[in-house]
Amino acid sequence: MGMDGILALAGANLVSPIILSFLLGLVAALVRSDLSFPEAVAKGLSLYLLFAIGFKGGAGVAAHGVDALLVAALFAGVILSILLPFIAFAMLRFLTRVPVIDAAAVAGHYGSISIVTFVAASSLLAGRGIPAESYMIAVAAAMEAPAILSALWLAARRGGTAERVGAELWREILINGSIILLLGAFAIGWFTGEAGLAEIRSFIVDPFKGVLCLFLLDMGLVAGRGLRSSRGVLSLGAVIFGIVMPLVGATLSLAAGLALGLSFGGVVLLMVLGASASYIAVPAAMRVALPEANPALSLTLALGVTFPFNLTLGIPLYLLLAGAVTGN
Amino acid sequence: MKMHEAKRVEIIIEAVMEGRLTNALNEAGVTGYTILPVSGGSGRSGQWSREGQVGRAGGMVAVICLIHPDRLDALLESAFAVVERHIGVVSVSDTYVLRAERF
Repeated sequence: MGMDGILALAGANLVSPIILSFLLGLVAALVRSDLSFPEAVAKGLSLYLLFAIGFKGGAGVAAHGVDALLVAALFAGVILSILLPFIAFAMLRFLTRVPVIDAAAVAGHYGSISIVTFVAASSLLAGRGIPAESYMIAVAAAMEAPAILSALWLAARRGGTAERVGAELWREILINGSIILLLGAFAIGWFTGEAGLAEIRSFIVDPFKGVLCLFLLDMGLVAGRGLRSSRGVLSLGAVIFGIVMPLVGATLSLAAGLALGLSFGGVVLLMVLGASASYIAVPAAMRVALPEANPALSLTLALGVTFPFNLTLGIPLYLLLAGAVTGN
Repeated sequence: MKMHEAKRVEIIIEAVMEGRLTNALNEAGVTGYTILPVSGGSGRSGQWSREGQVGRAGGMVAVICLIHPDRLDALLESAFAVVERHIGVVSVSDTYVLRAERF
């Protein structure tokens, strides 16, 4: 596909209701509109999305069966999540002057994943009729936490004062609400299969995209507010990091996906996971374990720079790259 | 009506630390407190707002304890061990309560 094709795909992606909703939120926040979602509504939308995506993934596995690739893909996801923070840390130290402790905290965010970026990519694939392994949602869940370990190791090793990770923090990380709901819904979907999905399809399939639009509208508002209030937090080097790091993560994940022998769609989703940065699970863990790290830096980078980049340009780019390499 | 002197300790702390703080208070024998949501604010670490947030990382809570003045030091010691490195504010003020035996 030539440059025209890339632009056409990026353009088509940009005018989807999902992306436009995000942009609406972003613009509303930047012009200081009072448009806002109450915390409970945002949380409710997020619970719905986690339940629906988990359930659909489980039902997909029930319909298509599990192959040996599942375990290999989970393993690859964990390795990527552990490895990516080290690259992120080195890049940040090279590109910016942020202190070690901040670099370690940001690195942790970039090793972990953003589930809503994954959902947006899944929607794009589904819209274009590209199948992907249903168990990629389990890979997403497996990639949430390992990066936290790397970040804490980096902080401790490089002179920071990371809180010792006690049993309580581990419990909070491993059984945090998002992971339990995602994996629990996945298990229910797998157990009840197509019949179970048919029973609740009208609730979790048909309205899914509409809810996703509202959620992205809220994400746009939060990202815009973060960008507005954190002028001076992001240096040019940090912004470059926020755009280059996802490309590095996606490229490594492309190599991993090809080595595993995932399908075209599966490779794209693994790239999206490698490229995305956490803004739910990791921020909370970092606040507990690395309290001296500046939370505005990590969140503004993950939500204000990398998330919009992935959503608008990144996902179509990963789709094209994977297509070019796999011949699709 | 007879009133009794008491201390009001207000701790504004990151939402992720709420459980750790209340555990520390319980261990120090302070079993009475009230937790209030904080909808937003601004301070040394910048602005924060609960609106639209999904995770707990960006939010704060207020933990308020009313105690007998004799127990203030023990409370502050255990609370400070938790909040020392975190974003937040600890303040103490004089107040009065009606039923002293409850504090």
